This record gives sequence, structure tokens and C-alpha cells, in this order.
Amino acid sequence: MTTGGSVAGASLWGRVARLAPLLLVLLVLPWLIPPYQTILLSYGLAFAIAALAFNLLLGYTGLLSFGHSAYFGVGAYSVAFLVKYLHVASMELHLVGGIAASALVSLLFGLVCVRYTRIFFAMLTMALSQVLWSLAFKFYWVTGGTDGLRVSTPTLLGVVGGPAADKIGFLAHAYYYFVLVVFLLCVALLWLILHSPFGMALQAIRDNETRAEFVGIRVRRYRLLAFVLSGTFTGIAGALWAPLNGLVVPDILYWPFSGRIVFMTVLGGFRTFAGPIVGAVVFNYLETYAIGSTTYWQLVLGVVLVGLVLVMPAGIVGTLGRLLPRARRVG
Amino acid sequence: MSQLILQVLNSLYYASTLFLLASGLSLIYGVMRIVNLAHGTLYALGAYITAGAVLAAAGSPGLQYLLLPLGALGAALAGALIEPTLLRPLYRRPEEYQLLVTFGLLLVLEDVMRFFWGALPLTPSAPADTLGSSTILGATYPNYNFLVIAVGALAALAMWAFVYRTRFGVILRATSQDMRMTAALGVNVRRVYVLAFSLGCFMAGLGGAIIVPISGAALGMGVDALILAFVVVVIGGLGSLEGALVGALLVGLFRTLGVNFFPEAELAVLYLITALVLLVRPAGLFGRP
Repeated sequence: MTTGGSVAGASLWGRVARLAPLLLVLLVLPWLIPPYQTILLSYGLAFAIAALAFNLLLGYTGLLSFGHSAYFGVGAYSVAFLVKYLHVASMELHLVGGIAASALVSLLFGLVCVRYTRIFFAMLTMALSQVLWSLAFKFYWVTGGTDGLRVSTPTLLGVVGGPAADKIGFLAHAYYYFVLVVFLLCVALLWLILHSPFGMALQAIRDNETRAEFVGIRVRRYRLLAFVLSGTFTGIAGALWAPLNGLVVPDILYWPFSGRIVFMTVLGGFRTFAGPIVGAVVFNYLETYAIGSTTYWQLVLGVVLVGLVLVMPAGIVGTLGRLLPRARRVG
Repeated sequence: MSQLILQVLNSLYYASTLFLLASGLSLIYGVMRIVNLAHGTLYALGAYITAGAVLAAAGSPGLQYLLLPLGALGAALAGALIEPTLLRPLYRRPEEYQLLVTFGLLLVLEDVMRFFWGALPLTPSAPADTLGSSTILGATYPNYNFLVIAVGALAALAMWAFVYRTRFGVILRATSQDMRMTAALGVNVRRVYVLAFSLGCFMAGLGGAIIVPISGAALGMGVDALILAFVVVVIGGLGSLEGALVGALLVGLFRTLGVNFFPEAELAVLYLITALVLLVRPAGLFGRP
């Protein structure tokens, strides 16, 4: 039952130093691989933020949300609204808008949801996400209904990009670096949050709510804070995703999208910090190639998910973490 | 007056399909404590099986009615296969895994239906069309819809009799209250679980099969249906049969009112009501807290 606890001693900078080669690869990658691959990786990184944020609740606080499509969708739709109604082109402002909107919505929903745990929490989050979905679906004169809203190419730092720019080139280079920087910031922030006394308190709540309360942790307030943080980071992911996709549709608010976020997290392993990152990137490749190679891509994903739950519940990172030390000892 | 009668009949029609859909979900949760995310997809499977059979028997109108229950049997069979293979290994694990495995099952079943019946919707409307319609107090209403209402009412009655008036119903309720105690008293809980799950799937399949001559079968219908079943079950109370009935009647009435008076906000208000019920009475109107 040690997730963050075992790595709490290692400092952030020590980890950064060990991850330096990987960072270097991520930095030079757009110059080595085709633009399509870079864009695909950007999608993966955006989803990774959502999965990490989701895991703040599932892995660290012990709350399974089946309504995280709501915060992803709010982030994405606020970008689309900014583009359509306020004619804002600056990506930095989009991000600020996405953060503000998703923080507000997750505070509102969180106040309601954190009163419950387990299955009731899952259903309540799901019901509330469905409210947003049906609004996006039915109020088509505002949201474009099922046609969705177009998101034109944004500008970065007020100079790069813009609707007139070469979209593929922009997404594969400037925008990739933007996503990468935001991703790294989010990872660092979430790591710090989860390894702070606050993060430890969340894990205490997850492991034993009653004891946590006796120790003096204000359980509901901590859960609410965790909920708002989780929703806001998920909103960042949605805001980053919107220009990548170029179109925001109600599907990202519908409940199966929440299922996909859960899927990514469990695929990577929700008992580890890095699991959701790996899970999101792998899921994104898996889904893209499954869609590209067969009509029955849902079958592929479904079989992977069922197999995962039955055979490898610790996920990719969790399973590797168990196998690697053993392999080293043998070798 | 005829308007009012039409609205009442429409509410009952909605309620009937919603009850068939939701009672299975509630039964499965009540007995096994599993929220089956693939429940809507089993409803869709029932619709597809019946649609395929009815379309294949297009030549003989009499046979078409006999083929209608095929969807329910198909869904029950699928349930009998799913429970021992996919769900049984997970009872001792946290509920996240049960939700995930049924979500995976949903994805798989969606494509199984695409494989067998193609991506285009099926509309086997012959059984509904040949029945015609009748006029009551100035309101003209399709006879097939009356049949759907009757099937829903009969199913509710049969379900009640089964759970409260048979020996197996007693075992079912005992398992729901205390699985370990029931097992200790010599009941084969494994068999109870398979039967309960299959029965739940049967109800879902029946719901799909009975409405398919009117609404047709299309991919994605299960995903939409599940969320409505959730609404019914949450309002009525998870695991409660009476709750599923009352919830279905309330939601049926609400949808009819919504479609007439506030079509844009209808779904949003419905989900808000659901959230409100969860908040005020998390166990629903009839559920055990």
C-alpha cells in the first residue's frame, strides 16, 4: 500500500537529474520524427495531464470519479468559447480561461460530490458530467450541438502561429513545445503537491478515513481541495487538447470519455505516480493505431481493458516495477 | 382531453421500457453489488437480436411476433456466459475493477453488434405497423405501444411475484442481505449469482426487443440507454424493485412533460434531479441506506 510513500525521500531534483536523458529526447524529437508523430505525442501528453490529475483522486485520495469528462470538456469548451465569442487567439489566455472555468466548475461540483465516497461518489460525478453534456448537446445555438465548435490555430507569445499560419508545422513544433512545457510544469506541480504534507494527508484519508479524522485531518475539506486540484489540472489538459483537435464536440463531455480517462490511468497503473503518464501515452497510440487498422477498434480496446483488469491489475508501470527488481536479481 | 390521454399513454410507454431496462440493473446491483456499465449494451444486444430475427422472417407476419422474445433470451444467454468468466474473478477486488471490466465489456459488445449487424441502423417496423392503432376517448394511439405498456406491466408483476413469492426469490433476497451468511446456510451462491445476472440481462434484452419495432436498433443506443437506466435506479433506489418501478414512472412522466414544455433543458434537468436525489437521499426513494 505504499505509492508515494516509498519515493517521498527522493528529492525532486534528484529525479529530474535521472530523467534528464528522457527530457533531452523529448526536446529533440520533433526534428527526428514526422510531424504526424509529434502531434500524436502532443495528444498523449495532454491526456497524460488529465490522467495524472484524475489519479490525484483515484490513486491518492481513493475516490473513483466517473465524471472527469466534465472538467476536460469545460477546459476545451472554454477555449472554443473564447475563440468564437471573444475572438481571443492567444493560447496563453486560452489556458488561463480553461483553468479559471474548470476550477470554478470543479469547485461547484466538488462541494456536492465530496460528501460521498465509493459507488455514490462515482455516480454523482457521472450524473453531474451528464448535465454539462446535455447542455452542450441541446443548446446548439451556443455550443454548435453535435457539430461542435471550431478552434482555429492559436498564437503563442502573441507572435508564433495564428489562423494564417501553417497548421501542421505549428502544431508539430511550436505548439508541441508549448504542450511539453505545460506538461512538465503540471507534472512537477502535481509531484510536489502529492509529496507535500497535504499529499500525505490525502493518502492517509485513502487508507483509513476514520483514523485520518482522529489524527486531526479535516477529511471533507481535504477531499474538496483534492477534487478542485484534480478538476483544474484536467481542465488544463482539455484546453491544450482543443487546438490540437481543432474541433470541440459534446463527445468529450459524454460519460464514455470519463471511462477513457479511467482506462488510461489503470493501463499505466494507478498505484504509482508515473503510471498515468505512461498509460495515457500508450492508450493514445493504441487507440490511434487500432482506429487506423480496423473497424473494430473498440473491440481491441475492450479486450485490452478486460485482459488488463483480469491479468495485470497493477498496470504497465506497476507490473514493470514488480518484475524489474526480480529480473535484476536473476541477471 | 385527448391530448391529456395521449400524454398519459406516452408516459406509460416510456415508463414501461425504462422499467424493463432499470429493473435488471437494480436487481444485479441489489444481489451482487455490481454496477454493470454494459447493461445498456445488453439492452442494445436484445434489440439487435430481435431486429435481425424479425427482418429475416419478413415473409411471415405471424412468426415475427413469436421471434420478439428472442432478444431477451439472447441477452440472458450472454449474461450467463459473462458472469462466470469476467465477473466472478473480481468479487473480492475493489469496485473500480468491476466498473472497468464492465466498461471493457461495453466496448467489446458494441463491436460484436457492429460485426454481426453492420453499422447501419436496423428498422424492423413490420410488427408495429401491422397492428394498426385504436381510438380511446378521442385519442388515437398505436396498438403496438399498448402492447409495450402491457409487457412492461406484466414484467413488473412477474418480477414482484418472482422475488417475493417464490423460493428462489427468498434465496435471492437473502443473498442480497448477507451473502456470506446465505452461503454458510448451504445455498450455492455461485448459482444464485449466475441466475441473478442472467435474469437482469434478460430484462434488459426484453426491453430492447420490445421497443425495436418502434425505435429500431442502432449502435450507441446502449450507451444512451444506460444513463437513463441510472437515472431511474438512482431516483428509485439502487437495488430496489419498487424503486425501479416508481423511478421509471416518474422519469417517464417527466420526459413526456419535458419533451412538451422544455425540450432543450429536459435532459439537463433530469440529471440535475438525479444529482439532487443522490444528495438528499443517497439511497434513493426506496433503497436501503
